[in-house]
Order: sequence, then structure tokens, then C-alpha cells
Amino acid sequence: MLGDFDLAEEVVQDSLVVALEKWPEQGIPDNPGAWLMTTARRRAIDILRRDKRYREKLALLERSPLAHEPSETDDRLRLIFTCCHPALSQEAQVALTLRAVVGFTTTEIASAFLLTETTVAQRIVRAKRKIVDAHIPYRMPDASELAGRLDGVLSVLYLMFNEGYLSRGTQVGMRRDLADDALWLTRLVAKLMPDQPEVMGLLALMTLSIARSNARFDDSGEMVLLPDQDRRLWDGVAIAEGIQLLERAGAMRASGPYQIQGAIAALHSEAKSWEETDWHQIVVLYDSLVRMADSPVVRLNRAVALSHFAGPEMALGEINDLAMSLEGYHLFHAARADLLDRVGEPALARDARLRALELCQNPAERSLLERKINQK
Amino acid sequence: MKYVLMFADRVEDQKMWEKMPQEQMLAAYEQVNKWFDEHSRSGKIVGGEELRGPASSTTVRFKNGKPIVTDGPFIEAKEIVGGFAIVEVKDLDEALAMAKTWPGGGEGRIVEVRPVVER
Repeated sequence: MLGDFDLAEEVVQDSLVVALEKWPEQGIPDNPGAWLMTTARRRAIDILRRDKRYREKLALLERSPLAHEPSETDDRLRLIFTCCHPALSQEAQVALTLRAVVGFTTTEIASAFLLTETTVAQRIVRAKRKIVDAHIPYRMPDASELAGRLDGVLSVLYLMFNEGYLSRGTQVGMRRDLADDALWLTRLVAKLMPDQPEVMGLLALMTLSIARSNARFDDSGEMVLLPDQDRRLWDGVAIAEGIQLLERAGAMRASGPYQIQGAIAALHSEAKSWEETDWHQIVVLYDSLVRMADSPVVRLNRAVALSHFAGPEMALGEINDLAMSLEGYHLFHAARADLLDRVGEPALARDARLRALELCQNPAERSLLERKINQK
Repeated sequence: MKYVLMFADRVEDQKMWEKMPQEQMLAAYEQVNKWFDEHSRSGKIVGGEELRGPASSTTVRFKNGKPIVTDGPFIEAKEIVGGFAIVEVKDLDEALAMAKTWPGGGEGRIVEVRPVVER
């Protein structure tokens, strides 16, 4: 029994092969068409990356006449929503989306998430089997369930982006792609569903984060945190784009967690310096985020923002309440260490940093922690 | 596609249910009957039963191929299956939509949706 999903994926793979054969010789077609953006896009980007006029051509792809090809549009959204069906585990949703929509190979997914190829292959096989056995429909969700289902899609995109942007693993270099791919995919969803403010909010958040890329690592590959970043290296065009997206989303008058996080990122992007950051407004935004999507990590971030105008003592009090739930999270200990330094407790700060180091796998973050430990 | 919807409740809610005053219980049953009626009329429900409580349950367990009869359900669980419905619908989404409107049980009630093997 071959489900609709398998057929869809087969088509995807076929188009990919066609593109792989055609593009290197013929260049980008005049009218790239909708299929290009989904299926062979990954390959296209690779080719384009080598091109000096990468940005212009990317813009050309972005302007592809989707509006005239409604059936293709429906197809891609259908594929995305099926891959992100809540009846599949989130791990499977991510793997399936990368495989079927973005065109990652099993090997690429495995290396992006530091899993073995066998694990990824099994995840995908099991997910496909469930799609067929449980008869998960290959279609867009009804209007009544769209909001909930869209949340699921956005979580998958957000997870992909974060995994790429600040890898939890040990090899940073190879992951940069994943953040770009998540950005591309979110841009696609935003284009296909232009009336969804939360999609725009997530796109803004990603755009604003990527805008800081050039300042996040110094020449020797060491990580530079926000307070120490050279803000002249930020991408002003991307920042303007992110802010514009937030304004458009805001005009739809339906706030949500991604728009709020985007707005927080925007406040950082707009500040001329770390000192001039509008911390008060940031705390207000975190307060609404707590109301909409409360989590210990959100509270941690709120406390750090609070420390910049209410003082580190108050913030320390707040984050101590989170110790139980965030014990295993390295950034909890790192943030606590910084606050302890600021209240003049270097010994305690050092202990906290050592704990953070134990929990942290990312080499750039580890190196940063080690430098701070050795400074003292 | 045929699915079985298994209706479960948390043990603590089940106990509350047992102590519930008569009229409240009747109101709760009316909700459940309404759900069954509505979906039966649209032809989606092809079977289903309410089960008596776990105190009435008896288990036959095989040990080295020999049957041993014991009192009680076969697993000590935090949730108890209280009934089931067999539904005939288009796809999983339709079955899930039914499950989401299931009114029977406490605030923490659970509905497991399983496809039936069709040959």
C-alpha cells in the first residue's frame, strides 16, 4: 500500500534529480517555477552560494510567480502540514520535513543533529509507516484546527533554526546550513500563508538573529556575546527587513509568542550599544511572553533583562527559584555566574561556570566559558 | 478507515466519579449519550460499549502456557479504560476530531485512537 505521502515524496525526489542534471549546465531557468523552490532548492542554493550575485539571484527565486500556481502552493503546504502532523513525534516531524520538503539526505540530517544515519533512517521509516497505517491524511488541516496545527509547524521550524544557530553539538561549522534552511522554509511558509502573523513573527525573529551572524564569532572563531559584539558588523538590511515584518504582523492585531520574541530581538538590534538597550521594554515583553508561553527558560531570560535596570541582586533572587527546573541547562549556570560576578561573588561565580562547562557541548561556548574561568 | 477510540480516565477521577451524586452522574451520562447519538446518526459509530469499573475485572494470565485466574485488571495503571467506540471515518484527522469532543470523564481524561487491521 503506497500512501499519498510516499507518492509525494517520490515526486520530490524526481524533481531533485532533474534539477541536479539541468542546472549546472543551463543555469537558473528564466521562470524558476514553484517546484524549484521546494524540491531542488537546496541544490540551487549551493550553486548560488558560489555565485557573486547570490543575493540578487536569491531575490529572483523569491519572486517566482507562486500566485499563478495555486496547486503547487497547496501541494507544498500540504506536504509541510503532513510532515508536521501531531500524530508523529516531534523528532520524526523534523526529520521528515527536512527530508521531504527541504531535500536533505538522511546523511545530512544525521550530521546536522549528531545522530547516526541508522537512527535517522529508522525515524523516517517509522514515521512513514505510521502515516500509512494510521491513515494520516495528506491534506491541509481544516480552518477549525489550522491555528493549532500551524503551531506544530512553527515549533518544528523554530527547533531546526535553533539547532543550526546555536548548535548543542560539537561541530559548529557544518550546522550553519540548518539555520539558513530553516529561514528559507519559514520564508516559504510565510509566503504561502501571508495572513498568519505568527509565521511572520517567527520569520522576523530568525531574520534578526541571522543579521547578527557576522559579529557572533571573532577572527579566531571565538564566540562573542551580545554585549561585546561590534554592532557595525550587523546586517542593517536584514534588521530593517525583520522590523518591517514585525510591523506588518503587528498590524494584524493578533499577538503571539514568536512576534514577542521577534520584538525582543528587534529592541536589541535597534540599540546603539549594549548600555543603551531598552531593558525596561524588554522586561515588559518578557512579561507578556510569560503570560502566553510560560517556561523556566523564558523566566531566566526575563530575569537577566531585569538585572540591567533593577540590579543583579533582584535577578539572582528570581533565578534561584528556577534552579530546580534548569539544573541541567548550561545557560542557567552561565547566566547565574555572570550575575554572581556582578554582585562580587567570584568564587561562587566560578563554581557556576564550572557546572555550565560540564553541561555544555558546543565548542565555541565551551571556549568562552573556559576563558572566563581562567581570567579570574 | 476503522479506528477504535479507547476512553480512559485517571484513577483519581474515576474514584470521584464513583462518589458523584445521582443527578450529577445522570447529567454526565447525558453528555456521553448525546455524543454517541450524534455520531451514530452521522454513521460514524459502528460499535462501542461502556465497561464496568476495574474492581469488576478478572484477568486470566498464562504462565508457561497454563491459565491462571486472578482478580483485577492486567496492569497496575494510573489510567483506567472505561469504554470504547469503534468508528468508521475517512482518516485519522476525522477520528481525532471525534476524540477531541469526547465528553465522558474528568478533566484529565484520555482517548487513545488506534486503527483497526482491515483485511
